[in-house]
Amino acid sequence: MSSDEDERIPLPERPEWADVKPIPQDDGSNPVVPIAYKEEFRETMDYFRAVYASDERSPRSLGLTVEAIKLNPGNYTVWHFRRLVLEKLGSDLHDELDFVNSIAKSNSKNYQIWHHRRWVAERIGIEAASLELEFTKEIFSLDAKNYHAWSHRQWVLQALGGWENELDYCDELLEEDIFNNSAWNQRYFVVTRSPLLGGLESMREAEVKYVVKAILSNPGNESPWRYLRGLYKGDTHALIHNPEVSSVCLEVLKEKKNCVFPLSLLLDLLCYGLQPNEEFSNVVEALRPSNSGPPEVNLKKTICSVLETLDPLRSNYWIWRKNNLLPSSEV
Amino acid sequence: MMGELEVEKHVQFILSVEKKKDDFESVAMEHIRINGAYWGLTTLALLGKLGVVDQDEVVSWIMKCQDESGGFGGNIGHDPHILYTLSAVQVLALYDKLDVLDIDKVSSYVSGLQNEDGSFSGDIWGEVDTRFSYIAICCLSILGRLEKLNVQKAVDYIVSCKNMDGGFGCTPGGESHSGQIFCCVAALAITGSLHHIDKDLLGWWLCERQVKSGGLNGRPEKLPDVCYSWWVLSSLIIIDRVHWIDKEKLASFILNCQDKENGGISDRPEDAVDVFHTFFGVAGLSLLEYPGVKAIDPAYALPVDVVDRIFIGRR
Repeated sequence: MSSDEDERIPLPERPEWADVKPIPQDDGSNPVVPIAYKEEFRETMDYFRAVYASDERSPRSLGLTVEAIKLNPGNYTVWHFRRLVLEKLGSDLHDELDFVNSIAKSNSKNYQIWHHRRWVAERIGIEAASLELEFTKEIFSLDAKNYHAWSHRQWVLQALGGWENELDYCDELLEEDIFNNSAWNQRYFVVTRSPLLGGLESMREAEVKYVVKAILSNPGNESPWRYLRGLYKGDTHALIHNPEVSSVCLEVLKEKKNCVFPLSLLLDLLCYGLQPNEEFSNVVEALRPSNSGPPEVNLKKTICSVLETLDPLRSNYWIWRKNNLLPSSEV
Repeated sequence: MMGELEVEKHVQFILSVEKKKDDFESVAMEHIRINGAYWGLTTLALLGKLGVVDQDEVVSWIMKCQDESGGFGGNIGHDPHILYTLSAVQVLALYDKLDVLDIDKVSSYVSGLQNEDGSFSGDIWGEVDTRFSYIAICCLSILGRLEKLNVQKAVDYIVSCKNMDGGFGCTPGGESHSGQIFCCVAALAITGSLHHIDKDLLGWWLCERQVKSGGLNGRPEKLPDVCYSWWVLSSLIIIDRVHWIDKEKLASFILNCQDKENGGISDRPEDAVDVFHTFFGVAGLSLLEYPGVKAIDPAYALPVDVVDRIFIGRR
């Protein structure tokens, strides 16, 4: 069967399809001026409908689904039918992975392709783990934030294994792009769920050092700030008692650039009970606009006021924070 | 300076998409036409122009998309899937024609897709995603059959997808993503389970989606897209934190995504338009109370008067 578009033989002219009566789409429309590619599409789908209606699970049907998928990879009914045919024919599933490979890169945001891959990989079993991890890597080399691919990769790790090098892989991706939120999320996924590691608390110290380094290299990057908070999820006591955390805020604030994230974390630390000191007060004071009135007695309030001016898009949020501070007696 | 919403142009654009069944894009979207119908018709309804499309034609075509399982396919002859089943129910609701359905049959199809752990599959092939949790809950709520689900387990599964940043992903551990967040938040709202959400934490994550241009992105460090004007905004409204974004700047962003010549709205300024982004842009403006656009319900994604008709009539 020809797969080269220039040499494509129309289905009605192929002897092996002579016994099939194609079924047109039942929505009443007919092209006024058929254009070549539309004709090819329509014809392929008409023949597909015929074998689908007669439930013909044969090699020629399998081949036809390839043509239909190449013309429209989003057509989920074709994918379903292909699975039925693959099951009936007992086809080689490794070949099937190769087939998906061939169309996946140009259709990497297509839900059907990812679901089909999962279906195939499930059937192959643990053997598929390295293939799937390799495949998602290839997709990430084109689009390192592809949500489908990350979802697939997480499924592979949990269902088929392969956790050994995952933290290193996250590291690799973050070296390439420290702003990759998906890679940060994956890192958290590994640290909290890998059966090979000791869990969040045991990994915390090393991860704090890792994330502090990332923050200092790009203080305006939202992801590592969130990651740092995530490392102390449910344990604000430990958060405020790790001097590295308030330190990184101070260090960034001293540069007087990219102040929103460190100020917001400092605010939270103070709200959790961190005792303010002169160093904090001074660095925040240095950020107040020169035309603002006398400094507020309460450091938390001052921080909120500064954030209102530095982050005007979210000024209502910072005003709300200011109005919802618990009363405190600190200076 | 606020631009203007080109209502007439958008109406014409949507009608042209409906009529142009032969161009390549329409043909390529053939298998999800029922989603397209929901996007297009709900937009028309929000602009007060639902009457320009023939109701009977739409309703009879929709019913032809139903399969013997009770579920609906994306178009006639397509396999049933939960995605298209919701769109079918939503479109019928727009026309106040839910009574043409065998409600028990559709409900059984949807409830049959719930798994042991409370999650939902999209269809018999088993893909699991919190999108499907929302769809099942929204659909059965509209049909008045929410009790056919194991609601507690459904809620438990959604909560298991909550991340450390307060957001939600497609499956447990999945990256927080505005689209998934909308699905989880709306599902929790419909089931009366919003207490599971840390509204302040999530509200902050959501308001951080607003970038300098005023548009909203779906995840940190990604580009803004008009569709997030819906998913982020509706989530903020449901958790009562919408005042945390700059609404005027967002409205300007959406209006800048219009094709003022030919109608339609695109994902971001200067890009090609499509029905999907046209719907989400108009829906976003509705949530921002843009004059002339009818109110939309943030959880059901249908005009408020339609939702009122469904629920008030039921009591």
